[in-house]
Amino acid sequence: MAMKIGEGKFKENVNKNMEDTFMRGAVAGAQERLRTRRLDAAEELGNWEEWRSHGEEIRKHVLDNLDYYLHELAENLQKRGGHVFFAETADEATGYIREVVNANGGKKILKAKSMVTEEISLNQVLEQEGCKVIETDLGEYILQLDEHDPPSHIVAPALHKNKEQIRDVFSDKLDYKMTSKPEELALHARETLRQEFLTADIGITGCNFAIAESGSVGLVTNEGNAGLVSDLPKTQIAVMGMERIVPTFEEFEVLVGLLTRSAVGQKLTSYITALTGPREEGDADGPEEFHLVIVDNGRSKILGTEFQSVLQCIRCAACINVCPVYRHIGGHSYNSIYPGPIGAVLTPLLGGYDDFKDLPYASTLCAACTDACPVKIPLHELLHKHRQVIVEREGRAPISEKLAMKAFGLGAASNPMYAAGSKMAAAMMKPFTKNDRISSGPGPLKAWTEIREFPAPNKERFRDWFKQHEKGGGEQ
Amino acid sequence: MKVTLFITCIVDMFQADVGKATVEVLERLGCDIKFPMGQVCCGQPAYNSGYVEESKDAMKKMITTFENAEIIVTPSGSCATMFKEYQRIFHNDPVWRPRAERLAVKTYELTEFIVHVLGVENIGAKLNGVATYHPSCHMTRLLGVKDAPMTLLQNVEGLRFEPLPNAHNCCGFGGTFSVKMGNISEQMVDEKVDSAEQTGADFLIGADGGCLMNIGGRIERRGKPIRVMHIAEVLNSR
Repeated sequence: MAMKIGEGKFKENVNKNMEDTFMRGAVAGAQERLRTRRLDAAEELGNWEEWRSHGEEIRKHVLDNLDYYLHELAENLQKRGGHVFFAETADEATGYIREVVNANGGKKILKAKSMVTEEISLNQVLEQEGCKVIETDLGEYILQLDEHDPPSHIVAPALHKNKEQIRDVFSDKLDYKMTSKPEELALHARETLRQEFLTADIGITGCNFAIAESGSVGLVTNEGNAGLVSDLPKTQIAVMGMERIVPTFEEFEVLVGLLTRSAVGQKLTSYITALTGPREEGDADGPEEFHLVIVDNGRSKILGTEFQSVLQCIRCAACINVCPVYRHIGGHSYNSIYPGPIGAVLTPLLGGYDDFKDLPYASTLCAACTDACPVKIPLHELLHKHRQVIVEREGRAPISEKLAMKAFGLGAASNPMYAAGSKMAAAMMKPFTKNDRISSGPGPLKAWTEIREFPAPNKERFRDWFKQHEKGGGEQ
Repeated sequence: MKVTLFITCIVDMFQADVGKATVEVLERLGCDIKFPMGQVCCGQPAYNSGYVEESKDAMKKMITTFENAEIIVTPSGSCATMFKEYQRIFHNDPVWRPRAERLAVKTYELTEFIVHVLGVENIGAKLNGVATYHPSCHMTRLLGVKDAPMTLLQNVEGLRFEPLPNAHNCCGFGGTFSVKMGNISEQMVDEKVDSAEQTGADFLIGADGGCLMNIGGRIERRGKPIRVMHIAEVLNSR
């Protein structure tokens, strides 16, 4: 699956997905649970604002010194016998991984959850090579079984499905005969996957944060699947976005604490795994061969621009869990594996405005995302920045809007024009006005009044009243 | 205290009653109100749509108009936020940046001014009924005014409050978002109206004209018996 998950236009997707009442109920419920848990976890930790500032500081420092830390990471991993490959593009990344797989005669590949491997379409590439690729994160496993249904959330990819739908997928694909009880479904997935773990040739994981000082790849999971994926197969490949790095385990601890609290309100996840190269003499387990693929795929182009802070992201989805727009349209509407506010900022940067120029407008700039972000990415400001770029640098705004805004610039800034315009408004709107209300009208008024009443402009503007009032003759 | 009023274009043109209530409340508290006729729109509609250059003339006009004010008060959290944003928008402009910074420090949203500058928590208002309060996004998250409105409202005699479910969620206004993404906006405002209805409130109170125009317009369209009131009107009730 590439970053782009469909061909539909944003508005069409929205209209279609808003019909899905189950999805909307599931999203609203999940948002309320996750938001409450996050706030409780932050409260319990105490000094949350200081932790956020610390997280932001760490991420900024790493981005400002990314070349240094990437070098340190690569050097330390190579010292431990690991292989490091820097991929500038998705094709370079998948090409390298394909070679490693083929060189090891890999046929069965197990994967732990990883957004970057979705972004580079790794599964498709390996499947074309004739490999069997199996997702082991429960959510991803469900989606994979369901004919590669795309993820709709970056932490809970199958958020849009209910347990009955999941049971149907299992019955259809796994010959499952039990009920839709989550425990029974999970147990069946666990038993099925356990056999796969034992017979896999190659394990592929993502990376939450790589630790430069030791050359380690740090992973957090609640299912323990990353541990099994990385310990059992002989060959191990970790894939990371080039910005997902911390200097030492000390910063790793800070960011993991922010990540798990912000994502699901947990102090820690059930499992934290650090992979440091291949098995060494005397080790009880671990892979014989270890590869780290560091993926650029457009990220370095963001460095040094006004959008750099988006690379601070630690993929916790806190912004998605509070977004009132995501709440109603769901993840699939964004047409990207990265939905919600973070997706609306990141996707156009990685995938371009041709396909994704509507996304920055899918926000009221309410700033709930900025408020929730544990590393203080000013998400609503970046959404606004996109709009500015679309209008000013890309010249992609509709002509009618441009003219309206030009007129606004002139009218709003000039007293005579503002005065005349606001004074005439009541008269101009009169044909549409009934009982001081406007129920339909042309242009933007049409879009407004399709949904709501619009107030008729006051016959006496406030400023007219105030003039009288100041003279002592106004209505008291 | 001398107060210069920034009334906002929405109130000037569409909600004159909110403006009158603001003046009467402040005068009752002993303020001497000035209203510079040179004021226009703060530029937010064009700015938020990405037309930064087009909106700068309006911003400069506002900076100039309010340059001599001692204290600026406005009955809108969102427009107050915009006044404070000017310094960031002009941060590379050696002429306008210092002027924008001076504007920012003397700008207050109405309830923030009453509670934190005048030090008044009970304004002697009376209104009978059940009310619920919608905290507007820019006012709470960007301006950081969270408690002042409820401090004042809880002292209104005769008013009983019911909390608004999911009050933190945006009402779906978002300036041009309300028409550009009308289908999404509709769902958002419907959820807000449903939440207000669930509380059984007679009044839905807010402190921002834009949000109230959106929620109120939808309430009227759906024929719900909830009266939408700006906090200035509530505080002016007696």
